[in-house]
Amino acid sequence: MQDDAAQNQTLLGADELVLNMGPQHPSTHGVLRVKLKLDGERVRGTECVIGYLHRGVEKIAENRSYQQFAPYVDRMDYVAAVSNGLGYCEAVEKLLNVEAPPRAKVIRTIMTELQRIASHLIWLGTHALDIGALTPLFYCLREREEILKIFEKYCGARLTTHAFRIGGLQYEAYDSFEKDVERFCKDFERRIQEYVDLLTGNSIWIGRTRNVGVLSAEDCIALGASGPVLRASGVKWDLRKAQPYAAYEQYKFEIPVGTNGDTYDRYMVRMEEMRQSRLICLQAIENIPAGPIMGKVGKVLKPPVGEIYHSIEAPKGILGYYIVSDGTTQPYRVRIRPPSFINLQALDKMARGHLVADVVAIIGTLDIVLGEVDR
Amino acid sequence: MQIPLDNDLTKRYREQFGAAILDAVEDRKQAYLVIAAAQLAEIARYSRDVEKFDLLEDFTAVDWPRREKRFDLVAILYSFPHNTRLRLKIPLADGERPASLVGIWPTANWLEREIFDMFGISFSGHPDMKRILLPEEWQGHPLRKDYDILQQDTAWVRENLGIESGQ
Amino acid sequence: MNPTVHPVLAFLQAWWVELVCGVVIVAVVPLIAGYLVLMERKLMADMQARLGPMRVGPHGLLQPIADAVKLLIKEDIIPDHADKMIFWLAPVASMTAALTAMGGIAFGPSFLVARDINVGLLFVVGVSSMGLLGIMLGGWASNSHYSIMGALRSTAQLVSYETAGGLALISGLLLAGTLKIRAIVDAQQHFGVWFVFLAPVALFIYLIASIAETNRAPFDLPEAESELVAGYMTEFSGFRWALYFLGEYTNMIVVGAVATTLFLGGWLRPFPNVRWMNWLDAVPALFTAAVGVYCVYRAGKQPVRVQIWFMWGVALTCFAAALILGLPLLVAPMKFMMPGLNGAFWFLLKISAYIYLFMWVRFTLPRYRFDQLMHLGWYILIPLAIVNVLAVGIAMILESEYGWNRWLAMLLTTVITLATAILLLYLNDKRAAASSTAAPPEEPSAEDSYAG
Repeated sequence: MQDDAAQNQTLLGADELVLNMGPQHPSTHGVLRVKLKLDGERVRGTECVIGYLHRGVEKIAENRSYQQFAPYVDRMDYVAAVSNGLGYCEAVEKLLNVEAPPRAKVIRTIMTELQRIASHLIWLGTHALDIGALTPLFYCLREREEILKIFEKYCGARLTTHAFRIGGLQYEAYDSFEKDVERFCKDFERRIQEYVDLLTGNSIWIGRTRNVGVLSAEDCIALGASGPVLRASGVKWDLRKAQPYAAYEQYKFEIPVGTNGDTYDRYMVRMEEMRQSRLICLQAIENIPAGPIMGKVGKVLKPPVGEIYHSIEAPKGILGYYIVSDGTTQPYRVRIRPPSFINLQALDKMARGHLVADVVAIIGTLDIVLGEVDR
Repeated sequence: MQIPLDNDLTKRYREQFGAAILDAVEDRKQAYLVIAAAQLAEIARYSRDVEKFDLLEDFTAVDWPRREKRFDLVAILYSFPHNTRLRLKIPLADGERPASLVGIWPTANWLEREIFDMFGISFSGHPDMKRILLPEEWQGHPLRKDYDILQQDTAWVRENLGIESGQ
Repeated sequence: MNPTVHPVLAFLQAWWVELVCGVVIVAVVPLIAGYLVLMERKLMADMQARLGPMRVGPHGLLQPIADAVKLLIKEDIIPDHADKMIFWLAPVASMTAALTAMGGIAFGPSFLVARDINVGLLFVVGVSSMGLLGIMLGGWASNSHYSIMGALRSTAQLVSYETAGGLALISGLLLAGTLKIRAIVDAQQHFGVWFVFLAPVALFIYLIASIAETNRAPFDLPEAESELVAGYMTEFSGFRWALYFLGEYTNMIVVGAVATTLFLGGWLRPFPNVRWMNWLDAVPALFTAAVGVYCVYRAGKQPVRVQIWFMWGVALTCFAAALILGLPLLVAPMKFMMPGLNGAFWFLLKISAYIYLFMWVRFTLPRYRFDQLMHLGWYILIPLAIVNVLAVGIAMILESEYGWNRWLAMLLTTVITLATAILLLYLNDKRAAASSTAAPPEEPSAEDSYAG
């Protein structure tokens, strides 16, 4: 009892305030409820209440065939649907012991990197908007529009694309695909410079993001945080380099790393990742191999009994698929390792001791998508 | 596809834990060890400290209702220094309470809450064992194979709307 | 005659001009503030690569009317336990303060509302700070925890930056020597140069302070949408909110007018006394005529007939304005009107530039966190403003007692103040670095119930 009283002691002996950032809020990037324990303006603890967007995707998977489940996967991290699809298709391909042909791999890589840029653009726009900069959002959406146009020309959809199929691709790259991607990439360097001019050296931006939400490398690994969050804390690790998949080992790109693990570093890491993705795209379109786009996969997929775990470096972190097959056409168990769900756990550690206004910045910098947190 | 595994890693584990390592299998070039639930905490600690599996990449469960030990807890570990993965499978009977891994890998906090939510496996030593994705008052554990969504839906409709569901 | 009628008639006879002006202000200024909102939305859209309101009226020009109608017909929601009287009073107080402050400003040598109050500038600044009352009452009357927090923050911010702004104004007043609006501008004409060239740092400080006073970005934390606490305006809906909003934009105009009067030469043209620059007197008419010509040029490129007519209408209005502005130049007997008309033009141009700067800054910069905001006000702006006042005073003494060249003295002022600014910023950086290397925030205890 006395311990409780001592813990609840605040400045001036006032009661601790529990403030609710409700599920409806302009800055929580979806339906997320955060209960903040405050002492005046300082955050002493947070508790996330999630599940508002839980759709039971893993249970649904047990009642669909492998191909039928593929569109569901897009709807988790709906901002980066293409990479979700990549992870799932590659996982099932491993389960079937088939490999996508080289042409399919390269096109998959290009699409996934474009999607990474699009996802980071949304992150940048909304993060800047939360911190008060009104303009970068519109510039980012303008760039993202070009990428979505490419997606639409390729597979007919902008957001939930279902771009890839198990075994390869269904659609051949359309006629001006390389030209479109090249034009976008050439234009994009100048655009990134616009964002950098607006934000990177801006002292207000630095004041709002430096030393806010610091997460050390040990904490990152212990809490399972991955993706740009991990890299900003100083761990130079990227699954595309550590265990390459698709066509990544053919291309040269850098892994941006931060030093402090604060919000500013995460911002710099994601900006640099956009640049690196652009470089990968430019390298890839120079030499897309000719050949078939679909591997040797039958119409009815019945993987042999067993299980597989496959993970990719999604824009938000490590996205993993653990699929158990019992020999029938429907998977026995599909488990999705959601990067946003596990990154969100770190919110409590990052937000302690900061002001209320920083909580919004920290949620933004974790780059969560509630569709992925809740599935 | 499953072939028995006997590499150096398995040998070290068998040396350390003997009978607790029930099986070692390689399936499609991915290794997994089946271990006894009683030794879960020690094996986890050994994996993190000695074998350097510092990242608990995922922690989930699979339900095999016709088995005697119906659940398979699956922990997927990754080692940054060695760049390898290892899966640990822990067969559990219904009602058995395994040790929580929160003390070893803090990321297990929410992962175990989700396992509890979806499967009903309660972890002993977890600081905050309650549902995470579903509302607090939800009955049943959805990812169990004997959980029927239709039954749940008709019960909810009957209780909250006072009518018979048309499903 | 009835004994009460006579004094009333006498009063009206003496004060009818001011009364009419007052009525005009109350009737017209909210409309102008509404169009200022539209201007801001259009500018924001332009800087964000989009178009802004386009639907309502040609190019969205009827948008403020539509917004006003919508807000008027909205349901009036009053929170349950709100203090009804104060709930009604708060937005009214805010708007009243802003409109009354408008009464003290002069747009030209003959456009005065009050008969040139002898404490003119003080009146304007003082009355416009009464808007604080409206904010505080609004936060209190809402009976909502979050509104009170927002109101308190806003009040603290306003008070801090009023101090800094007031000190900056004092530097200008030292140069002018008087508080009367007309006399201040006459002093600038007498000096032959706008006060901004003599005390630029003062205008700069006043610029920042006025952005904070009107709760504009980057100082809009108390009313920002993405903040936890939506501020004192949360519970006000419909027309009550409109009053607050219009009060804020009217405050922008007032603050712009104060800065223009004191620092930017009021209704004087650039180089007011230089004879060979007298051709600048033709600029207002030429400028308006040029805008008209541009409209005629664009009218030919409009796709739809009604748009062509609209452009022609705008062009004709511009030409009419050019004619009015040019009359004193062309028709000799009308020359007496020139200072008034041209003065109004220059005044409006300067206010527009000032407000454009406000809007530009809002779209570009992120928001300050509240503690950073207060730190900027108290640790940097107020010391800088005090040093500026001292420096201007010293410069004036040097000029009058010791016969220094005015420009040299003022240059010395500026150098001293800039040096202080650099010193303050350097100290600020050191303090920020020190606090970041200090002990990290408290570590969570092992048995925290909120872990995870």
